[in-house]
Amino acid sequence: MIGVAKPFPRNARKAGSFALQAALVIVVVGLLYGAFINAADNLAHANIASGFRFWNNTAGFDISQTLIAYSSSSSTFGRAFWVGLLNTLLVAGIGIVLATVLGFTIGIARLSRNWLVVRLAGGYVELIRNIPLLLQLLFWYNAVLKALPELRHSVMLPGGGFLNNRGLFLPQPEFKPGFGAVLIAFFVALAAALLLHVWARRRRERTGAQSHTHWWTLGLICGLPLAVLALAGFPLSFGFPQMGHFNVVGGIEVLPEFAALLLALSVYTAAFIAEVVRAGILAVAPGQTEAAQALGLRAGATLRLIVVPQAMRVIVPPLTSQYLNLIKNSSLAVAIGYPDLVQVFAGSVLNITGQAVEVIAITMAVYLTISLVTSLLMNFYGRLSAIVER
Amino acid sequence: MKHVATALVLTMLLTCAAHAAESPTLKAVQARGELICGANGQLAGFGMPDPQGNWTGLDVDFCRAIAAAIFNDPTKVKFVPLIAANRFTALQSGEVDVLARNTTWTMSRNTTLGIDFAAVNFYDGQGFMVHKKLKVSSALELNGAAVCVQQGTTTELNLADYFRSHSMSLKTVTFATVDEAIKAYDSGRCDAYTTDSSALYSERLQLSHPNDNIVLPEIISKEPLSPSVRQGDDVWENVVRWTHDAMLDAEELGVTKGNVDAQLKSPNPEIRRLLGVEGQFGQSLGLSNDWAYRIIKYIGNYGESFERNVGQGSPLKIARGLNALWTKGGLQYGLPVR
Repeated sequence: MIGVAKPFPRNARKAGSFALQAALVIVVVGLLYGAFINAADNLAHANIASGFRFWNNTAGFDISQTLIAYSSSSSTFGRAFWVGLLNTLLVAGIGIVLATVLGFTIGIARLSRNWLVVRLAGGYVELIRNIPLLLQLLFWYNAVLKALPELRHSVMLPGGGFLNNRGLFLPQPEFKPGFGAVLIAFFVALAAALLLHVWARRRRERTGAQSHTHWWTLGLICGLPLAVLALAGFPLSFGFPQMGHFNVVGGIEVLPEFAALLLALSVYTAAFIAEVVRAGILAVAPGQTEAAQALGLRAGATLRLIVVPQAMRVIVPPLTSQYLNLIKNSSLAVAIGYPDLVQVFAGSVLNITGQAVEVIAITMAVYLTISLVTSLLMNFYGRLSAIVER
Repeated sequence: MKHVATALVLTMLLTCAAHAAESPTLKAVQARGELICGANGQLAGFGMPDPQGNWTGLDVDFCRAIAAAIFNDPTKVKFVPLIAANRFTALQSGEVDVLARNTTWTMSRNTTLGIDFAAVNFYDGQGFMVHKKLKVSSALELNGAAVCVQQGTTTELNLADYFRSHSMSLKTVTFATVDEAIKAYDSGRCDAYTTDSSALYSERLQLSHPNDNIVLPEIISKEPLSPSVRQGDDVWENVVRWTHDAMLDAEELGVTKGNVDAQLKSPNPEIRRLLGVEGQFGQSLGLSNDWAYRIIKYIGNYGESFERNVGQGSPLKIARGLNALWTKGGLQYGLPVR
């Protein structure tokens, strides 16, 4: 087909491709509509209830971890959905932070000059990423956390906490009036630290002088709120967990199911993130490091100022994939009874209402939304870390 | 394309119309050469494969009885193990022909899931099992306890109701399968485990130290366990329902696996109708007239199946109780074959 064809008139080609795309859209929408009508029809024929009326019906079942108020007697299936969604977001959010910290540490450790550190980090990656996540989850839940002592023989933690096979129980902070001032102080300190940072950068760009602002920043952010806390007469107390007849009562409760899922997700994903980080750092041309050394930068500064910023460009896209994997893998919660979206909504709610099509459709839409939002944020961050070309 | 679609729809409609008087499910089962039965798979006494892979249990016997009535061969059943959470979907989608998996007959399941319950083959109620060392003797002492429960069950809902109506607080830990729930209870994750009391007896035997656990006396709900079928195939529902009634009638009439051949010569008209010596009762189900004879020949009557699987002939040793015949003070009442 290589030859000098008569060029297609530009406008006609545009109109033709528009018509083709419009036709494709119509066909796709038509197919989706057909599938929808077909499903509704079949459900009606089989006498299976359909529609979203169940959303406002009373749920009637209990959930072991609720971040928002929920009661089996008065809350609706819709409320149960939000409880499940928040539990998913909680474990995924904390999981992403832990996996990132652990993954970056191990990824950088694999490039260390220390023989032992390199072997340990390499061993971690090879061991963890080659064992199925579900098995690791069952390992953490059944082999590690269930082996904790029983309630009667709980481990007493310093500061008034308990650790047993029912979970980790920590003192719960209770805020008294006046605590608002501490919060305000915290935000003021945060703003001041930001200003300091901007000032230091301007100064460096103007004069080339390095100013060590980290200690000032840390002092501001920790010191100011603490000072205000002391001035206000410590408007803060702790609700300590108590040993009840059957269970530990009060305090913050960290369920073993949550801990197992969080551990499994973070440890597993960290192994992949470590490889992503290693690849990203290796992708930075060695000449960059050599040039930095030639300029007299020390190893730490070279890594922080030269290597990592350039590596981030390579790291961010595959890192996004790992975050998305972690979010989706959190649905393995179902295997150990952590009440995430799938366990609560696509499990209990689906079974009690029997409305599989609606419930599964909603669940899929939710995971899609969470994943797309995550991608969007990561793409935004990726653009920030892109090389500014002049 | 459009014509093809229209033709397909028309063919489907015509096919439906042509077989409206028959049973599409029965026809499919006969064509396939085996019955596909949704069973429990984890519950000794009701439905569980033994180490050799042979399925046994009260619900398993029920499916074997249907197969015996259809094929004159109780082995022509394929058992599909289902967890509580996916059992109704399996039935609705046609993956199984009948669901015999200790399933409670409730109004909402009947009216919103598109399924019909055929006959109560076990009258049950929900109970609690606790660790003996807690020194609890009544469910009313469980205020504040952590309770392990299986998801997608009436049990999950009754549990919340019971604690609420007695103003007690509760920590529910919900698992998708019985195995996970019972393992969590066994390891001390929960103070109590709750399910139908028949299952409590069965699952207690699977614990690491069965004697360190007791079943509390309270029965907190009505759990009529019944096999179910999809709505819209009334003839098939009849086959399933009358399988149960035939086994009950046989027990009431004293017809057993051992004496069924001798009973063929019985002068009792009820026995003669049941065993197909008189009348055309089997044909009206789309089966042969000796359908009930086959059931009793291979499986036995209801009492025999009960004692063998969950009663005195089994490790569970569950008393007949509500499941005794109506003539002996129970609720099992075989409808007359006539």
